[in-house]
Amino acid sequence: MSLKQNLHNLKEKYKGTKMAPAFNAIHTFLYLPNEVTHGGTHIKAADDLKRTMNIVIMALVPCLLFGMFNAGYQHYAAIDGSLRTDVLANFFTLDNLWIGIIKVLPLVIVSYGVGLLVEFIFAVIKGHEVEEGYLVTGMLVPLIVPIDTPLWMLAVAVVFGVVIGKEVFGGTGMNILNPALTIRAFLFFAYPTWMSGDKVWVYGAAERANEIVAGSNADAISGETILGSYAQNQEVIYSTWDKFMGFIPGSIGETSTLLILLGAAFLIFTKIGSWRVILSTFIGAAVMGLIFNQIVAADIITESSKFYGLMNTVWWEHLMIGGLAFGAVFMATDPVTASQTNKGKWIYGFLIGFISIMIRVFNPAYPEGVFLAILLMNVFAPTIDHYVVQGNVKRRLKRTKVKTA
Amino acid sequence: MSKDIRIKKGLDIKLVGVAEKNTTKSSQSSVYAVKPEDFHGIIPKLIAKEGTEVKAGEALFHSKSDARILFPSPVSGKVVEVIRGARRKVLAVKITADATQTYKDFGTKDAGAMSAEEVKNHLFEAGCWPFVKQRPYDVVANPNQAPKAIFVSAYASAPLAADLDYTLVGKETELQAAITAVSKLTEGKVHVSVGANSTSPLAKLSGVELHKVSGPHPSGNVSTQIAQIDPINKGEVVWVITPQDLVVIGELFLTGKLNLTRTVALTGSQFSKPHYVTAISGASIATVTANNLKEDNTRIISGNVLSGKEVKADEFLGYYDNQITAIPEGDDYEFFGWNKPIFNKISTSRAFTFSWLTPKKKYDLNTNTNGEHRAFVVTGSYEEVFPLDIYPMQLLKAFMYKDLDEMEALGGYEVAPEDFALTEFICVSKQPHQKIIREGLDLMREELG
Repeated sequence: MSLKQNLHNLKEKYKGTKMAPAFNAIHTFLYLPNEVTHGGTHIKAADDLKRTMNIVIMALVPCLLFGMFNAGYQHYAAIDGSLRTDVLANFFTLDNLWIGIIKVLPLVIVSYGVGLLVEFIFAVIKGHEVEEGYLVTGMLVPLIVPIDTPLWMLAVAVVFGVVIGKEVFGGTGMNILNPALTIRAFLFFAYPTWMSGDKVWVYGAAERANEIVAGSNADAISGETILGSYAQNQEVIYSTWDKFMGFIPGSIGETSTLLILLGAAFLIFTKIGSWRVILSTFIGAAVMGLIFNQIVAADIITESSKFYGLMNTVWWEHLMIGGLAFGAVFMATDPVTASQTNKGKWIYGFLIGFISIMIRVFNPAYPEGVFLAILLMNVFAPTIDHYVVQGNVKRRLKRTKVKTA
Repeated sequence: MSKDIRIKKGLDIKLVGVAEKNTTKSSQSSVYAVKPEDFHGIIPKLIAKEGTEVKAGEALFHSKSDARILFPSPVSGKVVEVIRGARRKVLAVKITADATQTYKDFGTKDAGAMSAEEVKNHLFEAGCWPFVKQRPYDVVANPNQAPKAIFVSAYASAPLAADLDYTLVGKETELQAAITAVSKLTEGKVHVSVGANSTSPLAKLSGVELHKVSGPHPSGNVSTQIAQIDPINKGEVVWVITPQDLVVIGELFLTGKLNLTRTVALTGSQFSKPHYVTAISGASIATVTANNLKEDNTRIISGNVLSGKEVKADEFLGYYDNQITAIPEGDDYEFFGWNKPIFNKISTSRAFTFSWLTPKKKYDLNTNTNGEHRAFVVTGSYEEVFPLDIYPMQLLKAFMYKDLDEMEALGGYEVAPEDFALTEFICVSKQPHQKIIREGLDLMREELG
């Protein structure tokens, strides 16, 4: 008997039992179900939610691979500063990839393992199908945490994020906050020392710092992100090219603006990601950046100000550093938590970009404001939609008055 | 003077099995049936009992709420069976047809010389009222409300739809008679829309406001045209009549006979020779499709693939339908069907689906849902195929949680289930849009009248 027939028989056998959703999840992973239409349209378009989610994962793969190489590169470059003189030659090496494999892959595995386990448990308890939302969340989570995040911490955060961020609202499609960012926010507020500062972004930086303090190792090590340096009004050692290509410390998947834009192009082309949100987020960030640049140009803020470093950052550089690009392309575009109307998407994205840079500049303790900005706008997205839809309702009502007057 | 309606949003679904333009006469089926279900919202009260002899045009049942609305027998013969379902609901009235048809004589009339009341009474008496449907709610028109306009769409844009330019050829006199008659029923205009480059006999009628329509489906849907020409507001009613039904009305006025014969398109890949046949409304599917259908694993649909009704070969042609579609059933599993590149299905996204590369290609789609039912996740896709000034997802959600104020404000008066066929087709979450809309409209009708 073929696998197809075996699975079909099992499906029939478990139909109506508690375990059916868990079993169906595996079955439908392998095979498109044999369901046919009943009533309504007799034919259906080709895409389903699995395909949609799959496209987003594909768009994330370049960032993941780059992040794995970058993990190794940042590690070795921190030990031996000379690697920075010829980045390209020293980047795509097997040594770098190996660090990526031992540091990044476990994060991916824990994220998917724990997250899907929670999803399966909920599906079995509540008797709904295992939904696809976590396929993307599970990939996003490892990409937006620092490389040295302990696995147990990630596991705890994932459980929190999936249960409180999603399942209590009724599962995929019903959540108010982006689940991946809920997980990120949990980590940030529960374990702040692991999520910010200058020691977490490069694998091994913390240990080496301890060694330096103990006097056993005299080499200086800087594991700081660019934003961290700016926030402390320090010189940044990375060139614009480094920042755009992503040869910089940062969360695993967020550093390469080039690959993020590649992912964005793929998402927009496939019509899975909203170009309105992506574009308007960048516009919002650029506008806020320009405003700050003008404040500096008008001498309202002097070099002695603690905000000077980030305010003086050229507006277009804001778009390349930190998590802005990653947030704009992969987080803000989450259709469930974003504004749902096309007009609303423009406003929603613009405000994300605008507020991101504002938080970035005014919060030197943690200069990465993108995830907070997106979560904030997640909360306001329904309000934005409400007013957009009310505009339509008013237009319709106006039509009536004209007729009867 | 004609006015142009051009819409951009929408989707033409090109399928294999366009009906060839030749018409044959289907043999007369031995049994015909009238199904009260075809007249949504009507509760039937039987007039003819089992064993009654009826002539073509004689009433079988009337509406419980308005005894003037009669539902006629399409053929002459004997009522053999009244099929009932749960709680004695009448599902179908079956009539065995006589070999030679006799028609009840309603007398020839000159519509031009009649008053509105006389026209109405004549339509009631001959059982033609069910042809007049109303918006809002998409049900048989309430004769006590005055419509602000009457709409006739002679442009069919649904997949594989019968070409009305072809099926109505030679019916000019009937159409003109019918238009003259129904135009008495409204103070407003009678809007007729035809395709942009059409040779439709309706383009030459007098006493109508002509519109030329272009653009992808749903440009032919009458709701789309109403929204462009004269949108429905709260408290307003418009009436809608299809051109093939106008022909019946016209013939009634000219000859005094109710002749429910219509040209039916047999379409879809499961027909060996897709073409047109003439058949009487309510004919058995088996007779109409005789010797033409690939029986193996076939879905037969009375109507089009987007909003038609599934029927079996031993069932009957729907009262309003002028099309029978047959497509393959898709009841098989597809290995890794959710992530491999797809070339043989249609999609509005480009998510490894390649129908955007070949916009002219005709597809042989089956009935597989291509995925499981999920909550709404994707946003912005419905708007691409929905040309009305309405937020489709918000309206659907309002219909699901049954907030009457929102249903009203968001555009509930302007839509019919068929308007949501395309959004249902492209829905990634496989939600039953038309069902949601139908149930919502029924609730609105019940609560708001």
